[in-house]
Amino acid sequence: MAKIEVENVYKIFGDNPEKALARAQAGEGKDSIHADTGHTVGLHDISLSMEESKTFVVMGLSGSGKSTLIRHLNRLIEPTAGRILVDGVDVLSLNESDLRQFRRTKMAMVFQRFGLMPHRTVIHNVAYGLEMQGVDKRIRQDKAAEWIETVGLAGYENSYPSQLSGGMQQRVGLARALCGDPEVLLMDEAFSALDPLIRSGMQDQLIELQEKLNKTIVFITHDLDEALKLGDKIAILKDGRLSQVGNPEDILLNPADDYVAAFVRDVNRARVLTVDVVMRPPRLRLTTENIDAALREMRGSVADYGYVFDGEKFRGIVTEENLMSAAKANGGGSVYDMANITDTVTADSVLEEALPTILQSDHPVAVVDDDGEFRGVISKQQLIRVLTEHREEESNTAA
Amino acid sequence: MADSNWLMEFPSLSRDTLRLLQKSIDEGFREFSRAYGQSLEDFFEPLLRFMIWIEQLLLGAPWWLVIAVIAGLSYLASRNWKLTVGVIVSFVAIGIFGMWEDTMRTVSIITVCTLLAIVIGIPIGVMMARYNRAQQAIIPVLDVMQTMPSFVYLIPVVMLLGIGRVPGVIAVVIYAIPPVIRLTNLGIRLVDKDVLEAADAFGANFKQRLLGVQIPLAMPNIMAGVNQTIMMSLAMVVIASMIGVKGLGQPVLKAITNQYFSMGLFNGLAIVAIAIIFDRVSQAYGLRMQKHRGVGH
Repeated sequence: MAKIEVENVYKIFGDNPEKALARAQAGEGKDSIHADTGHTVGLHDISLSMEESKTFVVMGLSGSGKSTLIRHLNRLIEPTAGRILVDGVDVLSLNESDLRQFRRTKMAMVFQRFGLMPHRTVIHNVAYGLEMQGVDKRIRQDKAAEWIETVGLAGYENSYPSQLSGGMQQRVGLARALCGDPEVLLMDEAFSALDPLIRSGMQDQLIELQEKLNKTIVFITHDLDEALKLGDKIAILKDGRLSQVGNPEDILLNPADDYVAAFVRDVNRARVLTVDVVMRPPRLRLTTENIDAALREMRGSVADYGYVFDGEKFRGIVTEENLMSAAKANGGGSVYDMANITDTVTADSVLEEALPTILQSDHPVAVVDDDGEFRGVISKQQLIRVLTEHREEESNTAA
Repeated sequence: MADSNWLMEFPSLSRDTLRLLQKSIDEGFREFSRAYGQSLEDFFEPLLRFMIWIEQLLLGAPWWLVIAVIAGLSYLASRNWKLTVGVIVSFVAIGIFGMWEDTMRTVSIITVCTLLAIVIGIPIGVMMARYNRAQQAIIPVLDVMQTMPSFVYLIPVVMLLGIGRVPGVIAVVIYAIPPVIRLTNLGIRLVDKDVLEAADAFGANFKQRLLGVQIPLAMPNIMAGVNQTIMMSLAMVVIASMIGVKGLGQPVLKAITNQYFSMGLFNGLAIVAIAIIFDRVSQAYGLRMQKHRGVGH
């Protein structure tokens, strides 16, 4: 089961939300409800399921309801209708003290404008969650010091937040959230207030931390590049409704509607798409050691090159030319020995990194995973197609 | 009254009716004070004892020790040597001019009044910040307390409790408490919502929210309120001398009735000196508490 389930959640702001709720549930639009009743529909029938240990990104422009949505997860905002389940427990059923306990142990939040306590030093800010949990002072100081070091702020333990730069303050915010060892990390536009360079550094740090920690992260952003970089799954919100939910490649390659398509258009695909999304199986797999058999197989196909496998082990590429000259020379020898491993690219690298290798190679380049296992091939043509697809669409519609 | 007259003269209640009204209010109140005066006095008995204790402490201790303690406290609060030296010089001068005892009485009564105002005022301010209804109800009361001429509420206090220290203190506290209440309310309402949301998100309960976040962050405002309260109680102490509060106010009162100019001047200057000391020390303390705000980018 998913870690967090959001089921048919509606949030309506106003004095008499019940009345407006009925109209929203009947499918009426946000604008007409607002015009008639003065109520604002914040969230409209949101259902999401967030997997454990994954990063779930909610993306939308301001006013789309994304910050409202994340506050439903720890019940800083109560929904007008719907259910929110965390580990199968309905958050809305918790009484006040259970809710406090839930917030102390299950979830921690990182805020857009940091939300640090200006009267506490860095170490006391970081230890805040543990203090709320009632952890002994010495233990929490030690743990806080560890986290301060992890986020790279060693030496600033006794500084006040106002003495730190924005990026450093958000590191404190991150350390504070992680220090209580929560199961879920809620990040509300956590990096949006930071300079682009610092932001990208923080994103890298979060990715790095996540590899070790495997937390369930819910990340809110208005920046699609950020969403694509961090998200295992992305939900796109518009005017309180879900436009699309999917993994980054889905969103990028198959936008569900014009709204998502408009977002996706400006994304630098080379920086987002990874090799394994674009790669294909090779045209010709040669599994024989015998040169003549290999030559026969190659002539039977359209390709004039082949990928040589010794069982499951990838040995390299041979061309028809090589095979023919070898056959002429003596007819003996092994295809395995002839195959030369040219450059390979790794499956999870982004296209931009793989680009030089692919362009320099005469043949489609073999794709391997981190363990060196063969995964597929990627050609110049495929690369160009996927990088220019949406541009063509654009020029077609323009013409 | 004649019918033709009411356009020209305000149709007020007849003199007899008014007298009857005032008489019944006065008598009702007298009844009340006769019935409850004793129990009220008993109620304020601990306060009286506390005041006498502080006064005896200040008067009984050797003068150099008192000066040393006051100088030490002001240094602790302000961390400012110049201010501390100023405090010592002022108190020595007060002693040389023969006003030591009166000054000690005034200092003790100010201390008690300020403590009372803080103890009563901060919870009221907290309640006002939490409940809008409370704010709506209390603000007009504070307005009345601040604008009503202070002599007027000396009367019922004296009727209830007679002449002496306790009614004096009550009158002073009524006069001086509004700033501490108002600024506590304001300070808590001004606390950054983001910080409060963070406290909520980490599961802070009401007490942790209030004592750990709201009060510390409202402290500069609360201290400004305390500072105002001290200043106002100093001003009121002179008026309260009319109902028997001993201290620097009484010689001032005597000087007014007998036209002793120099006596009035010396005692007035002593009050000014105490006022400046209290003001500077409490302000310096307030500033020092928000050092985390000062530095930064």
